[in-house]
Amino acid sequence: MDLFGDYTLRLVAVGSAILGATSGALGSFAYLRRQSLLGDAVSHAALPGIVLAFMLTGSKVPLVLMLGAGLAGWVGTLVVRLIVSRSRVPYDSALGIILAVFFGFGLVLLTLIQRRADAAQAGLESFLFGQAASLLKRDVVAMACLGVVALALLLLLWKEFKLLSFDPDFGASLGLPVRRLDGLLTLLLVVAIIIGLQTVGVVLMSAMIVAPGAAARQWSRRLAPMVLIAALIGVFSGVSGSVFSSTIPRMPTGPTIVLVLSLIVMISIFLAPHRGLLWRSLRLGGLRSAPDLDPVLMHLYALSHQHPDDPEHGHSVSVIRTMSPANAKVDAALERLADRGLARQTADGGWAPTAIGRREAQRILEREAGEGG
Amino acid sequence: MSPELQILLTAAVTAVAAALPGTYLVLRRTALVSDAISHAILPGIVVAFFLTHDLNSPLLLVSAAATGVLTVFLIEALLRTRLVPEDASIGLVFPALFSIGVILISHHAGDVHLDTDSVLLGEIAWVPFDQMVVGGVELGPRALWTMSAILLLNLLLILLAWKELKIATVDPGLAALLGFSPVAIHYSLMAMVSITAVGAFDAVGSILVVALMIAPPAAAYLVVDRFAPMLWVGAAVAAASAILGYGAAYVLDVSIAGSMASACGILFATALVVAPRRGLVAQVRRRTSQRLELGIRMLLVHLIHHQETEAEAEECRMPSLHRHLQWSEARTRQVVREAENRKLVRRVDDLLHATADGRELAEVAVIGERE
Repeated sequence: MDLFGDYTLRLVAVGSAILGATSGALGSFAYLRRQSLLGDAVSHAALPGIVLAFMLTGSKVPLVLMLGAGLAGWVGTLVVRLIVSRSRVPYDSALGIILAVFFGFGLVLLTLIQRRADAAQAGLESFLFGQAASLLKRDVVAMACLGVVALALLLLLWKEFKLLSFDPDFGASLGLPVRRLDGLLTLLLVVAIIIGLQTVGVVLMSAMIVAPGAAARQWSRRLAPMVLIAALIGVFSGVSGSVFSSTIPRMPTGPTIVLVLSLIVMISIFLAPHRGLLWRSLRLGGLRSAPDLDPVLMHLYALSHQHPDDPEHGHSVSVIRTMSPANAKVDAALERLADRGLARQTADGGWAPTAIGRREAQRILEREAGEGG
Repeated sequence: MSPELQILLTAAVTAVAAALPGTYLVLRRTALVSDAISHAILPGIVVAFFLTHDLNSPLLLVSAAATGVLTVFLIEALLRTRLVPEDASIGLVFPALFSIGVILISHHAGDVHLDTDSVLLGEIAWVPFDQMVVGGVELGPRALWTMSAILLLNLLLILLAWKELKIATVDPGLAALLGFSPVAIHYSLMAMVSITAVGAFDAVGSILVVALMIAPPAAAYLVVDRFAPMLWVGAAVAAASAILGYGAAYVLDVSIAGSMASACGILFATALVVAPRRGLVAQVRRRTSQRLELGIRMLLVHLIHHQETEAEAEECRMPSLHRHLQWSEARTRQVVREAENRKLVRRVDDLLHATADGRELAEVAVIGERE
């Protein structure tokens, strides 16, 4: 089957790819700045803007509608900021209020124009639930233009945004206009959201913002690779979601993309090296088989410092037992340390770490210091 | 009962039923869990519908509520991995569940009169067409009965577990210390939110139930300080939103649910602006009066500093005073007028003197209150 020969599918795939790249890259910043749910609020808040733009201009030119959506979404973020800074209403409540109230107002406007019998508003609803199949070439062109501008700005101000996301106070001390940068980054997030509204709809747009970043974060602890991986995940799930939904009958595009994304997040959480659950349980499993081994060795190592000239001086088991938790199996641990050549029993019945044991203890200390940093 | 009255009553009962658990959500800073639950219950509703083929089956309520609790469980399971922060785990779980629901619906679009439109938006205008009939007698809209039952259930839970819910919300540490199980309290609250969301989604849809749950308690939070009044004021605001919203929708012939949400927003905005002590107006007024008080003290200190010196004629004379204080002329006039009114300053020709009262105030301002 010639999948990409189909014009509509190609259009939808390109559109979803643009959407995936922008929301993945900008969503990563939202994810790191704990603004994952801001995307949810903005996408809902965009509705009245779309309807108002249509009411005022009478046009359904995508850029006009997107401009309306962006303005409303941006106003939404400003109101959230006002509520949080000027009242004791918490951030999440402010988000919820803006989300639902703006959306409700949008519905009021939508029903207002629906009463004009000319049915000219047809197509506005696609913003509600997303209809990738309804994408036209001009929509995709508009999405591409906005996406390029947003990503270019992101690259241009990369260092500033990075500082803003990790250490805004330090940024401010360097003289960065932190508030303005914060506003700009939020604005770029708004742009990423309006790019995707028509394809995946108001409700699922938040997943496009959160999920790629959440998955990418598991694979990298550095910003640049994370953003790149997130954008790639966004593109991959956008394209594969639209292919699935067009080959399997009755599979709406938005939900399909979101399910692919959710799958990727799950895989990342389980399998990602170092952080992933599987990785962690393997590492913990290795430790769990000898829970008393490491501590007892560390105690022996610590005790050996009492006799710098004679590190192999024997220490009595009762001393080690005093240093250990009440239920620790100290004797068994000592025997096993001896089996592995890490400790040995001295002539007077005491215990001492061997040279290998001391090196191993040193290594464990360094590893823990490294993990703490 | 006229259809209009039936709709109005259903709207008001739904709003109050939603605002009660909403109060806890706002105070516990988990407001957006309501958004997550109200969307994520969709697959629960769909599956139960496939099993029963009856949109009115109570099984739908049970299954959806169970899905709501499952949602919370999934969010917390994700949190426990410590691989994603809380806001992201909410944002990951509910779109996935909602997507499953939407796909299930569209796969059976032919034989189901259950569509995403009605789930998201609800249509309270249809409420009178679905009457509760017992023995051939119409007893009012089914939705009104359902929501009243849910309202009673919420009230019952709140009153029975009043102390536990309150302490766990206001001071979780104390609650744990007293031996209340935070998990049990949390999940009963979440079950309450789920059941309310399921009941309400029929009437107002899953997005607008968020408005009813959060905006009225948040408005109440701006007006009152104590817990119990916040609960009741929130409920009253919710009922008022329902009535105002329905009235406006009736006049303008627009979406009732949307109009109710807008009314919630308007009432919240009103509280934000005019709430006593906390409102924006009160904040501005307080800042203005603080600025005036500070100005008066600075004026007095300035006057006393230069009194009976050679520079007095220049430093303390009205036309040139503002230059020495580095104030605008308008602010200088305002401060001097207020100081004269309070008899802290006397004006002879254009020369200003601090009175005995003024001198005392300036001393307090500089040295502080005497023991």
